[in-house]
Amino acid sequence: MVKYTQLGNATTLETPADLKPKTAPYDPRFPNQNQTRYCYTSYLDFHRCKKRHSEEYEACKYFKKVYTAMCPLAWTTNWDEQIENGNFPGDI
Amino acid sequence: MSTWNMITFQDSNSLYSDNLISFHDFIMLFIIMIISLTLFFIVDLMLNKFMNLLLLKNHMIEIIWTLIPMFILMMICYPSLKILYFIDEMFNPYFSIKAIGHQWYWSYEYPEFNNYEINCYMNNYMNKNQFRLLETDNRLIIPFKISLRLLVSSVDVIHSWTIQSLGIKVDAVPGRINQLNLFSIRPGLFFGQCSEICGINHSFMPIMLESTSYFNFINWMNNNNN
Ligand SMILES: [Cu+2]
Repeated sequence: MVKYTQLGNATTLETPADLKPKTAPYDPRFPNQNQTRYCYTSYLDFHRCKKRHSEEYEACKYFKKVYTAMCPLAWTTNWDEQIENGNFPGDI
Repeated sequence: MSTWNMITFQDSNSLYSDNLISFHDFIMLFIIMIISLTLFFIVDLMLNKFMNLLLLKNHMIEIIWTLIPMFILMMICYPSLKILYFIDEMFNPYFSIKAIGHQWYWSYEYPEFNNYEINCYMNNYMNKNQFRLLETDNRLIIPFKISLRLLVSSVDVIHSWTIQSLGIKVDAVPGRINQLNLFSIRPGLFFGQCSEICGINHSFMPIMLESTSYFNFINWMNNNNN
């Protein structure tokens, strides 16, 4: 049996070189099972960052990575549409 | 998976399941002790002819039969809460998978793999060499022994995503994203069914999870994205 206290430690198995954590990391602001705010906050953060800098700015790319990982596609396409039409309710 | 005449749990495939099964056995210990003791008292009282005419109160026995159940409940509550919070924990996920409930199928998104999306409908029972009401046309494929984040949501009504042998179950609530740690310790096919009454075809939206090696998983993913 695998010991659960060792989960998250370096594994002894041979892992492929391209296997790295590449998703939104654990965020201490959202420690609960409910991750809805994590998705929405990072979506807002991305668009605020995009407004202030640009889409190519490093920090903005990070927010984009987080919200694509956390938000269902249907939500983000919906919000993108609302931003385009100018009726997005969030404060960007 | 479940088979006919099965009375125990499904074979465990995760640490959560291991914990839940040993917790179940631990509680059964108390239940069996209490039931047999109570049965013994009932049978004994009915069969003997003793009587205590002057019995009005006995504080000592009242204290004993209040304190003992209290300690039993405390002993049950400690591992129960511990497992509850253990299942809530996220263990450094390598990538995320989103499971979206629809009326009446599940769809999955792999945001780190070009937003790859699959819909999983139940197979009809045309071929007799398959599990009726459990197999889907597309499977949710994951690598084993790699910690993943599963995000569960819905687009219409409340559904519930579950895999018994992984010991996880979480409601898919529209407008809300629920997070779970998805970790399978061996390869294989694992089955689950929607666990929240969601409409007329509630029984016909099974979950089929294929756990395979990381190498196979990447090959499958590369074929999809080409
Ligand atoms: Cu359902």
